[in-house]
Amino acid sequence: MNVLGTIFSINTLAAAIRLVVPIALAAVGGAFSERSGVINIGLEGMILTGAFAGAVGSYYSGSAFFGVLAALAAGAILGLLFSFFTIDLEADHVVAGVGINILSLGFTTWLMQVIWGQKGASPQVAGLPEIKIPILADLPLLGDLLASNSPIVYLMFIIVISSWYLLFKTPLGLRIRFTGEHPEAADTLGINIRFIKYFSVTLSGVLAALGGSYLSLGHLNWFSSNMSAGRGYMALAANIFGQWNPLGGFAASMLFAFTDAVQMRLQGMNLNIASEFIQMLPYVLTVLILAGAVIRSRPPAALGSHYKSNK
Amino acid sequence: MTINAVEMKNISKSFGSVKANDSIDFSVKKGEIHCLLGENGAGKSTLVKILFGLYNKDQGQIKINNKPVKINNPAGAIKEKMGMIHQHFMLVDRFSIIENIIAGQEPTRTWGTSIDKKKAAVKVKEISQNFGFDLDPEALIENLSVGEQQRVEIMKALYREAEILILDEPTAVLTPQETEELFEIMESLKEDNKTIIFITHKLNETMEIADRITILRDGKKIGTVNKNDTTPQKLANMMVGREVLLDLEKSSKNPGKEIFSIKNLSYKNPVSGLELNEINISFKKGEIVGLAGVEGNGQLELEEIIAGLKAPDSGEILFNSQKITKVSTRERRNMGLAHIPSDRNKYGLVGNFSLAKNILLGSEWNPEFKNKFMIDFDYLNNYTDQILKEYDVRFSGKNSRASELSGGNQQKLIIGRELSRGAEFVLAAQPTRGVDIGAIEFIHRQLLKIREEDKAVFLISAELDELMSLSDRILVIYEGNIVARGKVEDFDQEELGLLMAGHSREER
Repeated sequence: MNVLGTIFSINTLAAAIRLVVPIALAAVGGAFSERSGVINIGLEGMILTGAFAGAVGSYYSGSAFFGVLAALAAGAILGLLFSFFTIDLEADHVVAGVGINILSLGFTTWLMQVIWGQKGASPQVAGLPEIKIPILADLPLLGDLLASNSPIVYLMFIIVISSWYLLFKTPLGLRIRFTGEHPEAADTLGINIRFIKYFSVTLSGVLAALGGSYLSLGHLNWFSSNMSAGRGYMALAANIFGQWNPLGGFAASMLFAFTDAVQMRLQGMNLNIASEFIQMLPYVLTVLILAGAVIRSRPPAALGSHYKSNK
Repeated sequence: MTINAVEMKNISKSFGSVKANDSIDFSVKKGEIHCLLGENGAGKSTLVKILFGLYNKDQGQIKINNKPVKINNPAGAIKEKMGMIHQHFMLVDRFSIIENIIAGQEPTRTWGTSIDKKKAAVKVKEISQNFGFDLDPEALIENLSVGEQQRVEIMKALYREAEILILDEPTAVLTPQETEELFEIMESLKEDNKTIIFITHKLNETMEIADRITILRDGKKIGTVNKNDTTPQKLANMMVGREVLLDLEKSSKNPGKEIFSIKNLSYKNPVSGLELNEINISFKKGEIVGLAGVEGNGQLELEEIIAGLKAPDSGEILFNSQKITKVSTRERRNMGLAHIPSDRNKYGLVGNFSLAKNILLGSEWNPEFKNKFMIDFDYLNNYTDQILKEYDVRFSGKNSRASELSGGNQQKLIIGRELSRGAEFVLAAQPTRGVDIGAIEFIHRQLLKIREEDKAVFLISAELDELMSLSDRILVIYEGNIVARGKVEDFDQEELGLLMAGHSREER
C-alpha cells in the first residue's frame, strides 16, 4: 500500500532522527537527574529556555556557535536554580519543576516582546550549518540517514553513549546511582551527595537546553513561543520507559520521534482524517507508555525524597 | 600507657528541646569490645552518630588514638579509620555486593576513568575469605539473607581499612544462630586488634561479648563498668534507674475451654508469593500461645487474617464457636477481639492525632463515646486520662500527639486502648518491639494479667526470651508452615532458634 510505503521509508526515519534530538538529549538529562534522586519535570522549561537563549545568542552575536554556548549557560543557570530549590530548600520536586516550566514560558514570552517587539516568533537568526561526514556518506542506507546533519545530531549520539558510560562504568556514575537509591548510605560512605545532586541536576539542565538550542538553531532558524511543545514531558516519559538508562532513553525517544515523523507524513497525504487526530499521535503514545510501561518499571528507590547530611 | 582508640569528652547534642546527649564522657581502649548499653532514646545512637560525623555536636571534644580530631562528616570519620555498621542497613538492594562495598572508593584502571571491577573483586574476595564469609561478590543484595547483608556491611568497613568498628544494634534483626556467628566474627576482629563499639539494649548479649560496658540513660552517662565486675541485674537497674524484675512470676494454671480457633487456613500473598499452608491453631481461655519465627515467614499474613485485614483463600476462623471468616474487622472487635499490631505506626496509631483521638480509634461508633450525633469529648478526655494513668503512658503535654511519644509509650497507649475494651481474645504481635526495658516489663505483666483474667492471648514475637517466659504453648512458623508445636517446657532456646531457621527436629 502506498500509505505504508510512505510511512516506513528512509525519509521518515531521517526525519525522526532530526526530531529526536531535543527529546533524546532531555531524556539523557532526565536520566542523570533522576538517577541522583531528583524528579525533573522541569525538563520542558529547560528545553524552552535553551531554544530561546540559543536564538538570542545567535541574534546578538551573529554566530550560531555562540547561540549554542548561550543555551548551555542558560540551561546551567536553570539547572542550578532548580537544584537550589529541590536540594537546599527541600522543595517538592514536582512543584518546583512545574514552577520552572511556568517561569520559562512566561520569561521567554516576555523577553521576546522586549527584544524583538513581537509575541509569536523571533526574526530569522543564524543557524548551525549542516556537516557532511565523508566516510559515512559512502555507506548505503546509513549514508542517507546520517551523512549530512546538524552538528548537534552527531553530538547527541556522542552524548548518549558517553552518558551511558559515565553512569554505568565510572566511579562518578556509581556515586550518582548510589545517591538516587540510598542517599543516607552514600553519605555514610563519604560520598558528597550534595555535590552529586547539584552536578546531576545541573547537567540535566545543560543537556535539555542543548536539545532546545537545536530547535531554534538546527531544526529551524528562529524561536517561536512555547517552542518546546511538550517535548520535555515526552523526554520524561522516554527516560522512564528507557529505565533511567541513556541508551534506553534514546531508544524510547526514537519511538516518539518516529511517531511524530509519521504524523507529519500523514498530514501531508491528505487522508480523510481530521489533522487534529493525527497530530495527537505522539501525545497519545506518551500517555499510553506512561500508563502502561511505567507500572512495571523500578525507579531509583529514593527518587523524589529529600536527605540532608549532618543534622 | 594504654591508648584510647576513642575518647569523647563533654559531648552534648539537642534536638529541639530534647537533650539527646548531655555532657557525656566516653572512652574506648584500643582492641577492646566496648558495649554501649541503654534503653531506646537513651542517646546511644546519637552519641555514635556524632562520632561518625552523621550529626553535628553542640559541644565537646573528640580524640582518636589520643589525637584531637574534627569530624564533620562520614568522610572525615572514614579518614580516621572508623567504620559504622548501621541498624538499618546502608545497602542498595538492587546493586551487587561489590558495588555496595566500593562506592566512594572505587579502584580505577591505570589509564582511564572506568571502575576496575577485577581489582575490586580481588580485594573484596580477600576480605571475604579472611573472615570466612564465603560471599559471591557479584550477588545482588536483595538476594542475600539478613545475616549475609550484615556481613557486607562489615566488609564495607574493612574495605576502608577501618580500625574502629561501630555496630549500632546489630543483633536486632538476627536469629539467635546468626547472632552467635556475629559474635564469632567480632571475636576474630578483636584478635585482629580492631576496636569495637557495640550498641545494644540486650543484657545477655552484653554479658556475653563485652569487655567493658558504658551505660547511658536519658542522654546522660550513668557509668562505665568492667563486665567481670557486674551482673545483668545491676546493669538493668542502671539502665532503668530503678529496680527491675527480670524474671516474671507466672502462675501455673489450667487452660479453660476453647475460645478461638483457626482451621485449615491457607493463604497466598500475591506480592511476595509466601504461602500459609493449612494452619490449625486452637486457643483456650487463660492461655498464652506463642508463635516463634524469623520475620517474614508468614506471621504478618496470619496476623492480618486474624484481625480481619485480609481474607484467607480457604479455611475457617471461629470465635466463641461462631464463624467469623467473613466478618468485618469492626464486627470482630465488637465480639471481643483486641489487636496490638506489629507495625504500630502503620496500623496502631495516627501519629498526627492527639492521644485522646487515638484512644477513640476503633470505638468511634460506640454509643459510650457519643452524645447524640457528636463525639462526647468530655467523656473521651476523662476516659483517656484514666487509661494513660492505668497504663503508665508518659507524655509531655496534654495536647501531645501520638508521634511525639517514645516507642514504649506509644505501645502502652495502644495496649491500654485495646485491653480496656474488655476483649476476650488478644492478638499481640511483636508487642515489645523497639520498646525499652521498663516498658517491656510493664507490657509483659499486662499480658500475664490478661491470662489471669481467663482470656486468651496469641503472642507473635521474634524475641525468644519473651516467648519462653510468657507462653504456655509455643508454635514455630517457617515459610508459612507450622513446623513444630508443643508445651513451652518441651523447647529450649537453641532448639527454637534452629527450628526458626528451618532445621527440622529430626535433623539434630
